[in-house]
Amino acid sequence: MSEGGRAGAELELAARVIEIVRELGGRSAEAEVNVRHDAEALTRFANSTIHQNVASATTGVRLRLHAEGRSAGGSTTVTSADGLRTLVERTLAAVRVSPVDRSWPGLAPPAPLRLSAGHPGSGERSGLAFGFDEATARADPAERAERVGDFVRAAGGLETAGYCRTVYVSAAFANSAGQAVEGRTAEAAMDGIARCEGADGVARLAAARLADLDGAVLGARAAAKARAARGPVELPPGHYEVVLEPDAVRDLLENFAVFGFDGKAHHQQQSFAELGREQFDPSVTIVDEPLGSRAEPAADLPFDDEGTPRRALVLVRDGVTTAVTHDRTSAALAGTASTGHASAVSRSWGPKATHLRLEAAPLPGSAPGAGGTGVIADSARPLVAGMRRGLLITDLWYTRVLDPKALVITGLTRNGVWLVEDGEVTSAVSNVRFTQSYPRALGPGRVLGIGAETVLLPESWGRARYAAPALHLAEWNVTGNASG
Amino acid sequence: MTHFDEAGAAVQAALDAGARYADARVMVRRSETMSARDGDVEDLGFDESAGLGVRALVGSGWGFYAVPDLTEPSARAAGRRAAQIAAASAAVPGLPADLVPARPVVASWASDCVIDPLGVPLSAKGDLLVRATEAAKAAGADVAEANYAVWDTRKWFVSSEGHRIDQHIRECGAGVTAIAIGDGEVQRRSWPSHRGQFGTRGWELVDEIDLVGNAPRMAEEARALLTAPLCPSGETTLVLGGEQLALQIHESVGHAIELDRILGWEAAFAGTSWLDLSRLGSLRYGSELMNITIDPTFPGALGSFGFDDEGTPATKRHAVRDGLWVGVLAGRDSAAIAGLDYAGSVRSDGWSRLPMVRMTNVGLEPGPHTLEEIIAATDDGVFMDVNRSWSIDDRRLNFQFGCEIGYEIKNGKLGRMLRNPTYTGIGPRFWQSMDMLSGETIAWGTPNCGKGQPGQIGHTGHPAAPARFTDVRVGVRG
Repeated sequence: MSEGGRAGAELELAARVIEIVRELGGRSAEAEVNVRHDAEALTRFANSTIHQNVASATTGVRLRLHAEGRSAGGSTTVTSADGLRTLVERTLAAVRVSPVDRSWPGLAPPAPLRLSAGHPGSGERSGLAFGFDEATARADPAERAERVGDFVRAAGGLETAGYCRTVYVSAAFANSAGQAVEGRTAEAAMDGIARCEGADGVARLAAARLADLDGAVLGARAAAKARAARGPVELPPGHYEVVLEPDAVRDLLENFAVFGFDGKAHHQQQSFAELGREQFDPSVTIVDEPLGSRAEPAADLPFDDEGTPRRALVLVRDGVTTAVTHDRTSAALAGTASTGHASAVSRSWGPKATHLRLEAAPLPGSAPGAGGTGVIADSARPLVAGMRRGLLITDLWYTRVLDPKALVITGLTRNGVWLVEDGEVTSAVSNVRFTQSYPRALGPGRVLGIGAETVLLPESWGRARYAAPALHLAEWNVTGNASG
Repeated sequence: MTHFDEAGAAVQAALDAGARYADARVMVRRSETMSARDGDVEDLGFDESAGLGVRALVGSGWGFYAVPDLTEPSARAAGRRAAQIAAASAAVPGLPADLVPARPVVASWASDCVIDPLGVPLSAKGDLLVRATEAAKAAGADVAEANYAVWDTRKWFVSSEGHRIDQHIRECGAGVTAIAIGDGEVQRRSWPSHRGQFGTRGWELVDEIDLVGNAPRMAEEARALLTAPLCPSGETTLVLGGEQLALQIHESVGHAIELDRILGWEAAFAGTSWLDLSRLGSLRYGSELMNITIDPTFPGALGSFGFDDEGTPATKRHAVRDGLWVGVLAGRDSAAIAGLDYAGSVRSDGWSRLPMVRMTNVGLEPGPHTLEEIIAATDDGVFMDVNRSWSIDDRRLNFQFGCEIGYEIKNGKLGRMLRNPTYTGIGPRFWQSMDMLSGETIAWGTPNCGKGQPGQIGHTGHPAAPARFTDVRVGVRG
């Protein structure tokens, strides 16, 4: 139900809005326009049957205007000539009565996209269409249902639940300073659990091609974990050595992105990040990679919502915090340049990284993995083998910040925890609640090992993606059992 | 201008393509948000979203398709596509899908609104936020933030059973937060709630909460929190203010009684529920003081409507009566599977999203006391209010909440302010320990309840009053 082949349509729409702004607001009005066509389809299953099967195709136009020192933004899904004119008229009217905007950073100047051959969504006009998968963009409900069926069958009679989705995005940006860029991208993801006697096992994977998602492999992995999670024992609260599987590491990356490396929070001293300081173990390198790589394409556009070309940004190199993320507003406050992390809400909520990768070891940039099919993720096995007594944790759940500056977070485990003794899994463990400072957990001397491959994982709520290896940590603070 | 024709065309096209049931809703929503920081307006945005979503049932398979184009040809194409998707759902066969019977409704409904929030001049709204943040800064906040949001939604719903309903729902709300930054930590105080107060009302709601008048106290309290003693660790008597109790209800009751969770439909993402349908009517959820209602007719609360997104009329019913679990939040399909005879709690957050089981106004009926009486009756304990963090397990049993502010209670009086107060527990044990409840009810609005895939943001209301709980673990540390 997705649609491919819309190259150029969004850029023309954006240019039309700029023309209307010039006509109605004069040439002094600063304007930036985002046009985004989203075709999203998601097949959801539960109790081993498809219970929700949805698709939508939407084109949205967002306009931000700045005139006479005042700013306002407007958006619409009504893209007729009347709809676009109404959008401009309404936004101009709002600008005129808005309070003065003293933090307006000005428009992004014209700049070429930093496309590489590895970027999957560079579009026909760029001549760099490498990696864009038309088949994913055009996937139909039967193709998603087929993968769901494979997942269900591979679970061997266990109750299953999850989703398979495909997304196609074609987008353009134009501003009155002359920047005009476009791009497109497609992505697919699958996320499912299997249930066995009250125990859940999970398998999830993000990909640039639907063809790379194998429902049978994922279903088998989820089932293996569920079966191994039966009959859990309860452990007392305390500090445990842990191996976090890639799914759990994804949660660390997400919280670092939202609360740690946000340039606005950093400027306001609400973040732990201190540039130039060794805040992590020397084995830790974290990179935001919105453009992906040949081996691991990322599903995003090559420009942000202010038209700034995206690029890879090293946030932590060998344990030293080296950068935070900025849009134009936070960059101006900090006296630096935008890193290409503007979003529709970044001026108020802060600019966030959405493609974090924790570098695997010992080969940075190693090929992506799928986690394997066994109880323990393949790349986590050597880490588990090196643990004398500790916990193997699959997944973290409902994590919330108790202290934003120290990034102390509480949450629970989910989808499988095991006690490891002398390098071997000895029993399943009931879910636990933890309260843990994330940067402290990855601090100098506390990272005992990093898995040899990263797994590309979808965000649980939105469209961000994280490339995560398994992680062996010296200490994780368990504050209680889920049973009380 | 109505959009019944387009919705009707989509339904007919789905039936013509083989659906045995179909419904469609056209939604047109205008929203407006503004935020200010430290005396400057930071962001001002409008959104207009219009489109049609159609749901079709073919055999035992559901399909949903949504388009922004409000023309009859586009609507018909959407109806056909929904039926095609429904047919594909049958590739993984499931249980027979039925709907609890419904009387076809032809009706029109609008929420009460004294002052149209979209009619208030932007300059006045901006001035309010600027003054609130300036007042907080002047009183010592390191960072002061304020915001408001307005949603104006019109819906036209048509079903193949003869429903034809239009609704106009206006919602708004606002809040101010003062942040104090100390050595290695951040403290915040918010008014009137941790994300503001919201309701299905007009701008009169914002006028009533007096952001500017309360901002200085928030700044002073945030500053004082930086040097206040930490909340002690251990088990004690806990008195919760109404704002925190509203979120406690939302997380440990509202989500637990969602029938789609109980049936396992959210198992992979949002989770399931500890509740077992075989014990509906007999399970003790809490003490006899605990009466929880599902009430979309609650005046002005954020979860109010005339009809849900399946056309079921708003009706008040009990979820917990005198401590016993007696009701669930249900849709027509989930209720049919569970063998229940009611629905009425299905909504979507826009035309492009599938309607699903959602909280409406899930609230605690008032008790016989006042907060003052509850404090006076407590020899030793802790008072906490205004949520700061929330986390609960996937079955909605094990929770841990943090609040912005706490006070010790000694010999029937509030004592020292306490920093970083947290409490933790297990839902039914916690609710069974409720031994005093006040009647000072406020319907708190939650405008950001996330659920579903693709994700949807729900608006829910939670009437709540201060209450006392015994033997609660507080002061969990990292």
